[in-house]
Amino acid sequence: MPDPTFLFAQSLSGLTAAMFLFLIASGLSLIFGVLGVLNFAHGSFYMLGAYVAYQLVQVLGRDPAAFWWAALGAACAIAVLGGLVERLLLRHLYAKDVLYQLLFTYALILVLSDAAKVVWGTGQLSIARPPELAGATRVLGTLVPHYELFVLLLGPAIALGFWLLLHRTRAGRFVRAAALDREMLGALGVNVSRLYTSVFVLGSFLAGLGGALIAPAKAIVPGMDVEIIVEAFIVVVIGGLGSFWGTFLGAVIYGQVLSFGILIFPRFSIFSVFALMAVVLILRPWGLLGRPLKT
Amino acid sequence: MSARARVPWGLLGVLAALSVPFLGSRYYTFVATDVAILALFAVSLNLLLGYTGLVSFGHAAYFGVGAYTTGLLMKKAGVPFVLAFPAAGVLAGLLALVFGFFCVRLTKIYFAMLTLAFAQIVWAICFKWNDLTGGEQGMPEIPYPDLAWLERLPLVGELRTSDHFYLLTVVLVALCFWLLRRVVGSPFGRILTTIRENPERAEFIGVHVRRWELLAFVLAGAFAGLAGGLFGIFNRGVFPDFIYWTKSSEVLIMAILGGMGYFYGPAVGALVLLVLNQQITSYTEYWPFVLGSILIVLLFAFPGGLVGALDAGRRRLLRLGRA
Repeated sequence: MPDPTFLFAQSLSGLTAAMFLFLIASGLSLIFGVLGVLNFAHGSFYMLGAYVAYQLVQVLGRDPAAFWWAALGAACAIAVLGGLVERLLLRHLYAKDVLYQLLFTYALILVLSDAAKVVWGTGQLSIARPPELAGATRVLGTLVPHYELFVLLLGPAIALGFWLLLHRTRAGRFVRAAALDREMLGALGVNVSRLYTSVFVLGSFLAGLGGALIAPAKAIVPGMDVEIIVEAFIVVVIGGLGSFWGTFLGAVIYGQVLSFGILIFPRFSIFSVFALMAVVLILRPWGLLGRPLKT
Repeated sequence: MSARARVPWGLLGVLAALSVPFLGSRYYTFVATDVAILALFAVSLNLLLGYTGLVSFGHAAYFGVGAYTTGLLMKKAGVPFVLAFPAAGVLAGLLALVFGFFCVRLTKIYFAMLTLAFAQIVWAICFKWNDLTGGEQGMPEIPYPDLAWLERLPLVGELRTSDHFYLLTVVLVALCFWLLRRVVGSPFGRILTTIRENPERAEFIGVHVRRWELLAFVLAGAFAGLAGGLFGIFNRGVFPDFIYWTKSSEVLIMAILGGMGYFYGPAVGALVLLVLNQQITSYTEYWPFVLGSILIVLLFAFPGGLVGALDAGRRRLLRLGRA
């Protein structure tokens, strides 16, 4: 029996990973739920968010709040980029087969990852933790960095904010309605096309924010786009594509399975996550908390 | 289609392909082998994509399993190519049977996702199972098949080992194309097209949609496995990259680039993409950027692929000629 401190540390690290993943996956899930597009480029937006935040931190220099401004700026920049992509390109593919949408977003991964290499090179970049979160606290015998605690609190906070937006505002009601029946919503006089753009922008904002926030915890490297998209993809499939709480649950499960899977099958922890995803797809293709799609 | 079949394009194509080693360039043979093998991979995918209307995002799994099967048998067990090559198809087909059984129960995007999930499982296993597959490092030094008897023949006897392997590849790929062509031309092929056009209706007229889809899935997997078996030998090694999901999307791009509405469309796509890759990577390291841009232009401007665009152009010319 491993000692409880170790188990706690393990589950905490899984939970932190889950909160980051939730940030990314919630945008992916929202876009799928409303637009019906599985956006592979979501990972690229996340990566660009990290790079842009790095750049902004360089520019802002010694400003004590540099990191926070940079994170916000990066998220906004990525939101604009997402808006442009949706407005200029993606919208012309809605009427086409799923395959074209998938390949379009895949093409974006290729283009954006090389563009990032051109601008920022192939080396590792990093951002220092903001000074107010630089320390660490001992919790139940485990040393937990403050930044990790911040992320642990931020995840549920964003989830709550997001939930309020979707369930307690007029715009949120439109978004939920669009996910259920876009024709009917259009017939009722809502500008569905603008709604789609807004949702894509919001999703991209979350991706950019996720990238910026993970930058102090992990190195910024080329290839982080493809890595995260696979993870986010597993999370939303497990939780249910388009389901808000499903994504949260999926992220938590993913984090725990990964961090405890390492203990049980040291070499096959990544395998256990894929296997979980396959089982969910077989038994409940629409995910644990999702709703079956109309065809 | 029948009117055009008078010119034996297939035979001409095979003859042209067989003449490549006589150009004497190691480089040409290298590219041609790559093209021939990936053409088979892409055409096998198109049995699902173009003919049955199923978007598989995990076709690389069967390619990779084929590559590992032939590679392991030839390198570790010393099994001759004559047995190791068909084994790739059989094993990949069996795997496709298991995975396909679950996949065909899902529709559209969920089908794509489950194929992707299964492929990633296979990738994770190959990536981590060091004892069998060599794990992350892969399995280098797969031997060439024993083609010593070719050296005793006139004309081809002078050629290099890689040329001999290329000739073998062309013959085998041509054979596979012939078989696949028979498949899509058969009543079974027509059933697949019916399913693509309207699965509900197909079900209604008494077609057991899932069963036929599964058969298509198994066949596509088996032929992808054969392509993989050849590729491992050509590549002088088998690596887990063969199975990663980006590989699956590469082959999808080939099929779309060439045109998934045509039997040889994906083969044309493989040819164009690989030749382009060779040309462009000699100028710049940013091949993915170029590939992504090509793909975006293609999706918007030529959704029918290159062969589709050529076909449309040809028809327009014919109409102009008649007017």
